Amino acid sequence: MTTALDTTTVDTPLLAVRDLRVDFAGPHGPVPAVRGVDLTLRRGETLGIVGESGSGKSVTALSVLGLLPGTARVSGSVRLDGRELVGLPGKELAAIRGRRVAMVFQDPLSAFTPVYRIGDQIAEAVRIHQRVDKATARRRAAELLDLVGIPAPDRALDSFPHEFSGGMRQRAMIAMAVANEPDILLADEPTTALDVTIQAQVLDVLRTARRETGAALVLVSHDLGVIAGTADRVAVMYAGRVVETAGVDELFEAPHHPYALGLIGALPRLDGRGGPLVPIPGAPAPMAELPPGCPFAPRCPLAQDRCSTAEPVLEPASEGAGDHLSACVRSAELAGRRPAPAEVYPVPELPAPSGGSGRSGRSDGSDRSDRSDRSGRAPVLAVSGLGKTFPLLKGTVFKRKVGEVYAVDGVDLDLREGETLGLVGESGSGKSTTLFELLRLGAPESGRIELLGHDTARLTRAEAHRLRAELQIVFQDPMASLDPRMPIGDIVAEPLLTQRAPRAEIARRVPELLRQVGLDPEHAVRYPHQFSGGQRQRVSIARALAVRPKLLVLDEPVSALDVSIQAGVLNLLQALKAELGLSYLFVSHDLSVIRHLADRVSVMYLGRTVEQGEVSAVFDRPRHPYTRALLSAVPLPDPAAERARDRVLLAGDPPSPTERRAGCPFRTRCPRYAGLTTPADRTRCEQERPALTGDPGADHQAACHHPEPPPADAHGG
Amino acid sequence: MLRYLAKRLGYYTALLIAAVFLAYAISATALQPRTYFDAKVPRPAAESVEHQLTALNLNDHTPVVERFGHWAGGLLHGDLGRTIHDTPVSDDFGRRVWVSLRLLLLGSLLGMVLGVAAGAWSAVRQYRFSDRLLTVLSFVLLSTPVFLVALFLKNGAIAAKDAAGHDVIPFTGYETPGLTGGLGTHLADWALHLLLPTISLALGGLATYSRYQRGTMLDVLGSDYLRTAEAKGLTRRQALLRHGLRTAVIPMSTMFAYSFLGIFTGAIFTETIFGWHGMGEWLIQSINEQDVNSVVAVNLFTAVVVLASGFLADTLHAALDPRVRS
Amino acid sequence: MTTTVAEPSASATAPRSTGRGRLVLARLLAARGAVTGTVVVLLLFALAFGGPYLTPWDYAAPDFSALHQPPSADHWFGTNGVGQDVFAQTVRGLQKSLVIGLLVALFSTVLASVVGACAGYFGGWADRALMFLVDLMLVFPSFLIITIVSSRLKSAGWIAFVLLLALFNWMITARVVRSMTISLREREFVRAARFMGVRPLRIISRHILPNVASFLIIDATIAVGGAVMSETALSYFGFGVKAPDVSLGTLLAAGTSEAPVFPWLFYFAAGLLVVFVLAVNLIGDGLRDALDPTSGAAPRRRPRRKRP
Repeated sequence: MTTALDTTTVDTPLLAVRDLRVDFAGPHGPVPAVRGVDLTLRRGETLGIVGESGSGKSVTALSVLGLLPGTARVSGSVRLDGRELVGLPGKELAAIRGRRVAMVFQDPLSAFTPVYRIGDQIAEAVRIHQRVDKATARRRAAELLDLVGIPAPDRALDSFPHEFSGGMRQRAMIAMAVANEPDILLADEPTTALDVTIQAQVLDVLRTARRETGAALVLVSHDLGVIAGTADRVAVMYAGRVVETAGVDELFEAPHHPYALGLIGALPRLDGRGGPLVPIPGAPAPMAELPPGCPFAPRCPLAQDRCSTAEPVLEPASEGAGDHLSACVRSAELAGRRPAPAEVYPVPELPAPSGGSGRSGRSDGSDRSDRSDRSGRAPVLAVSGLGKTFPLLKGTVFKRKVGEVYAVDGVDLDLREGETLGLVGESGSGKSTTLFELLRLGAPESGRIELLGHDTARLTRAEAHRLRAELQIVFQDPMASLDPRMPIGDIVAEPLLTQRAPRAEIARRVPELLRQVGLDPEHAVRYPHQFSGGQRQRVSIARALAVRPKLLVLDEPVSALDVSIQAGVLNLLQALKAELGLSYLFVSHDLSVIRHLADRVSVMYLGRTVEQGEVSAVFDRPRHPYTRALLSAVPLPDPAAERARDRVLLAGDPPSPTERRAGCPFRTRCPRYAGLTTPADRTRCEQERPALTGDPGADHQAACHHPEPPPADAHGG
Repeated sequence: MLRYLAKRLGYYTALLIAAVFLAYAISATALQPRTYFDAKVPRPAAESVEHQLTALNLNDHTPVVERFGHWAGGLLHGDLGRTIHDTPVSDDFGRRVWVSLRLLLLGSLLGMVLGVAAGAWSAVRQYRFSDRLLTVLSFVLLSTPVFLVALFLKNGAIAAKDAAGHDVIPFTGYETPGLTGGLGTHLADWALHLLLPTISLALGGLATYSRYQRGTMLDVLGSDYLRTAEAKGLTRRQALLRHGLRTAVIPMSTMFAYSFLGIFTGAIFTETIFGWHGMGEWLIQSINEQDVNSVVAVNLFTAVVVLASGFLADTLHAALDPRVRS
Repeated sequence: MTTTVAEPSASATAPRSTGRGRLVLARLLAARGAVTGTVVVLLLFALAFGGPYLTPWDYAAPDFSALHQPPSADHWFGTNGVGQDVFAQTVRGLQKSLVIGLLVALFSTVLASVVGACAGYFGGWADRALMFLVDLMLVFPSFLIITIVSSRLKSAGWIAFVLLLALFNWMITARVVRSMTISLREREFVRAARFMGVRPLRIISRHILPNVASFLIIDATIAVGGAVMSETALSYFGFGVKAPDVSLGTLLAAGTSEAPVFPWLFYFAAGLLVVFVLAVNLIGDGLRDALDPTSGAAPRRRPRRKRP
């Protein structure tokens, strides 16, 4: 495989990784994390490394600089400008770190030393490699903070890491990485913990930093969209190896490896194209006990007998493939045939929906439930003007109130039987608070919640307890939401016990539920840690379904899962909804998932509903500038489309919810407000709080004084 | 930061008042000064006992709250009441407090500094020989009560004396009685007398602190920010010293507040065993004599010292960690 | 029904099919210290409860023919000044000390878990009141209060002493349980139970306590050692176990003054004390490694995305 690569790189590459292997010491012997990775990085280019959790992508990046923990054993070769880095003494490696190769880490809160000021930490990076005095280093740090777009850099220098928001910290991290104008920037999941609008800002800063320093970039990410919009070349990793590498356009256009093809097919798309989701069956290969042969073979629909005997090498699919390499015995076939993911992977047959939403398999959205149909259906959840404040407390023993956090400040929701309502918003938008207010089944602080025709403010205790059975929740993190000390059978039985179901009923129901979510009823005695992430989320769903609820609240149910697993869970949710006639309140930060699954969508900003309506209307013709910005920040897994888009980049972070401003809360970041010319228009935004309005008859409202003009062909108007 | 510390100080004052009242109530009801007088030979007349008890504010026929009020009123004027021998408690207090503080401060500081150093060293050299040796030693020390350590040391000193025929290391009292000579001689004499009691106190602290520090240091060793520091171009050693150590010491400040109690308890034994006339010895003596006011004075001393160390720990915490200041 | 979207059965993907208990046991057996500790503790228990049957001497009965005798075939640990057999006394004292240690650890752990879990789960005023109580009790060394009170409890015997020790030994554990409960309360599986309508006390008993159990087990183990140390210290000064009962503490007190001349009166008891506490601490340390899911060499994996 080395020979194949050598033909493509005539000059000495900036960074050449050859046959890199990393093992971690485990309780039962070494566990491989990286198994023979070859990568080549040329000067100034961006290499994207994409893969799911456990694929070895981060370990690969860390091992370039020798930053792995002591339990790791590294072998193979990493050459920087021809100089071998593996096995280099600590001191010489330290001279390269930060100077020639710099790193941006995933979680910027834990990556800064909590007890030192940001400015001192950046200045330190400068002074390690440059002989300058403290004042000069500090000036340089301020320049760097300015470069990455941190407002008032001189003041920001004296902030502590915990005083910065996530986006600001990641900017500061990038500032620190480019402090010595390195030749290579290694970014390990740099935007994973961030909101989409902040992610768009950070990716933009990363591009600026590259432009200013001319550094080559290695971008490690699990997000195909991020890779598609940023990388020049892509390496796809699976089970510790590169299974395919190519130019970004070629890879997305015609993947030669079935895994890459599956990843693309499993991803819901914001533009609504791409058809039904294609889940890759099974779970990622366990690194401790890899099967012989190709590690992807057990999940691969194209696997043949020979796949389980020898592991295929990374090579061009055919003579003319150039530097498009893949490690699959059938890559030539894929290269020739160029199938769509659904032609290779089995597509689940989703049953006909019992409600009105004809979503499955269709994507254009034109034939969704029409309005007359909608008004005929029974309301499941009706929320109007919901508000919730938290006291801002100070004091250790005797707490006193010093202010209020307006966590939810005017939320309207409308969910009918058989529908899926998507609730979208960034961190701090009040999504979770809204959910907890709903689930509390008590009187809201302000506004009104009507659940299945009951006003929650007027429920007696007994009524509330009965109503709990109608409303169940599935949480984000399937590990955290299952009690690790209980067998899954008991977990699924708990809501039944709480509703005092008879013993026989429970014994009958648990296996039935497990089967319903695609698990083996035999496994009821196992504990959560014995299941994979996707399976655990299925247990969560089974528990929620146990008492036959009418409404399921899904709180980011797939955001902790890998893409290939996520697709399976989403398909399951769609199937269950159709089969059992459920209604979903689906909360997500991921707009693509919402687009894929929801019938209607409600967008929240700073505790308020700013736009709501039928999903294709909102996504295709957003009227609120915030919705527009949000949509444009979502990266598309399609390099050509991604390059062609015009972006609305929002400035700064959302303001603090401790102040309740007059007028429109989005004003401070609103590009439309910034572009308003007449003082009267501006005054209106500053003083008058916009209400949710829309064309009568159309299921689409926005809370904006100056909404985007509806296009001439606006439907339903 | 000042606001934070002021708040903590307020909390500690509330604790102090409640604690002193409770200590008074417990001591005044559990101890029976009456039996002390009744046991005197010749047995004093009942009236005279009654009179003496009332005079000393020890009469159990007076309600506890009333006695406490009387005692607290005196405290505001710096009066700690009178001992059962009808001498001012403050005399004993003033004499003994410096004896104890000398031992306590030195023992706890030494234990802390050495413990933190040993723990950090141990963590950096995890699983090497030095780490294993330190681990074994600290386990043995943790498993030996302070009074036993003190007894071992004292027995060792006695054995040394018997072998050499004269005192090698002094093992009773805090100074040689009737010693003549200049300040230097006196200081040397004090230092020598401090040696064994301080070691016996410090060893316990050293073992506890080093185990704890090793744990926090290991957490820091696996932290992301240490990796960042290395990615900037610091060597492992520089990164540890500049970024690791300070963060690893932060949790120790809380530990310091709690462990002072243990050290004080240890000091009670140490003082008694090495014949120091300090607060610990006084406590045991006055309990046996049913001397309520002296017992309460020791309690007051402990509470003040423990809360002061708690406050010191908070100050240290706030100084080291910017996150608690806001 | 929904078989089309089923994943393969767990057996194909589950990393381990062993139960948690067996995993803990396997890890525990791999730790040499913990195994040694367990063996030593078992031997000491055998000695404490089987020892009296091995020797013809009674711990209280004097043998006037043998005063201050060094260890011999007749008197294995020698005799004291009134001719009592030191082996019989030590075994008897060990028995008492072990029983006291176990009981104190049991009572204080139960108290700590109840107070800590309630303070942490209910929060608000209950929490503040309980934590003030904890701080208050922490201000005094338990030793002070016990010495003061124990002079009054002369008649109540060693059970009262056990209760006293337990009463002053739960505070720090309770604090830890409280902070663990606070973080557990916000964990999603507890929230899930709450939203299902499970009652608070049931949540505490079914979800919270089982999840702090590993900490409680470790803490209780170490508390046994701590309680034995406290017992011996207090008894040494005459505030704990009192005659005619003997414990390691009373034996040490009796032997101290004569230790330089008659070492067997002191060092057998002292040695057994140190060995027992050391063994208990080794078990605690081994348990900590075995029960802590984050220990071990595998690199920790980070959650994919923080909760927005």
